[in-house]
Amino acid sequence: MNPNSLVSIDGLTKEQILDLLQTARYFEEHPNHKILDGKVVATLFFEPSTRTRLSFETAVNRLGGRVIGFSDASTTSSSKGETLKDTIKMVSNYVDLIIMRHYLEGAARYATEVTDVPVVNAGDGANQHPSQTMLDLYSILKTQGTLENLTITMVGDLKYGRTVHSLLMAMKYFNPTFRFVACDELKMPREYVEFCRKQGIAFEEHTDFSRDVIDSSDIIYMTRVQRERFSDIMEYEKVKDLYTLRNSMLDTSKENLRILHPLPRVNEINQDVDDNPKAYYFDQARNGLYARQAIICRALGISPEKI
Amino acid sequence: MATDKRELAVAALQCGTVIDHIPSEALFKCVKILGIETMPHKLTIGNNLESKRLGTKGIIKVADTFFPEATLNRIALIAPSAVVNIIRDYEVVEKRRVELPKVIKGIVKCDNPKCITNNEPMATVFEVVDGAENLIRCHYCNHTVANGKANIL
Repeated sequence: MNPNSLVSIDGLTKEQILDLLQTARYFEEHPNHKILDGKVVATLFFEPSTRTRLSFETAVNRLGGRVIGFSDASTTSSSKGETLKDTIKMVSNYVDLIIMRHYLEGAARYATEVTDVPVVNAGDGANQHPSQTMLDLYSILKTQGTLENLTITMVGDLKYGRTVHSLLMAMKYFNPTFRFVACDELKMPREYVEFCRKQGIAFEEHTDFSRDVIDSSDIIYMTRVQRERFSDIMEYEKVKDLYTLRNSMLDTSKENLRILHPLPRVNEINQDVDDNPKAYYFDQARNGLYARQAIICRALGISPEKI
Repeated sequence: MATDKRELAVAALQCGTVIDHIPSEALFKCVKILGIETMPHKLTIGNNLESKRLGTKGIIKVADTFFPEATLNRIALIAPSAVVNIIRDYEVVEKRRVELPKVIKGIVKCDNPKCITNNEPMATVFEVVDGAENLIRCHYCNHTVANGKANIL
């Protein structure tokens, strides 16, 4: 196992997170610093994910490295019954870094255990997606100037949304106040509520996406309510529009408020919000490039500021 | 020698291991975890016996066998009340409770069908959740399960 592998955000210390954010900031200023000359990176996408793959591959290309890989497992030996272990061991012979997305949960952890090449988890099923969390943290830092003492409101699907779970865990170092806004079916799971209690993190749970909640937030993190999560379609119809953000709801919000969303969005953020300067979700996606450049450098043990 | 036919006679062990105070519902899972089905030694398994502590209990006696401590501790997952007696020359020379190890390898099946352990030829690994009431967590997919409900492989 390579110690520079990144499987899960909770494997990082506060210092490591701050280092990564500082490196991300460096890459925002120097996006084309060619420090991966001669390095080959594999992007193994056993599950399609256009956004994440393009962003990782752009990151490698801008750093001057080369990319091999696949974006569809049906064209690989895994469709012939090859185990993940064998695929990882084979690819390890060729590359300096493996970036992997897999539909099975725990696949990334297992991959790190069968190779000495660093592995970066680009999402394993509903489990972990640490590069998304890094870009969320970078977006918060960039828009607020700090990560400390912020009021963060999470809205929508808090039960299945892995991005809100990982963000919650990563924010434990920065004394946040959380608001969880969701219907009963999709409320924050008990283990994360317990996590907040144990860490002494202040939080409130709401079923109503009220003006009071919006007006006291520094960050509103919207998520998509997915129809397939409901066993009763009537329940879905009842709640699907309860958590839609409209421009008029932001009239009296704080100046520094920014709206984040991991995308893709469906109807939980009305189109009329897009032109509001507080809408940040498209810039947030661009920050993914810098965050991923930082993650790649850390995995390869390269510090760009020193080169 | 006249034996009362209304009672079942079980010979005392001269030498071996007695595992007592196993919850009745966990007895056969313990048999499986300890792998004693294929042992050639004399073996007595009793279940639904009266117990002041548990209501009913199970007991396992294996002659001429001493299990490594780590093996015995594997049953702590489903039988935390179990007590191990080591017998030599008809005497109990050691008596102790089983202890749940911090990491449990290859016993529990992860009940998340999308977990990598259910899709690759590999051993499962579970860790005891810090400070949580009898919860274990899959090392790979982070799925948690209550000890008592663990699915034994």
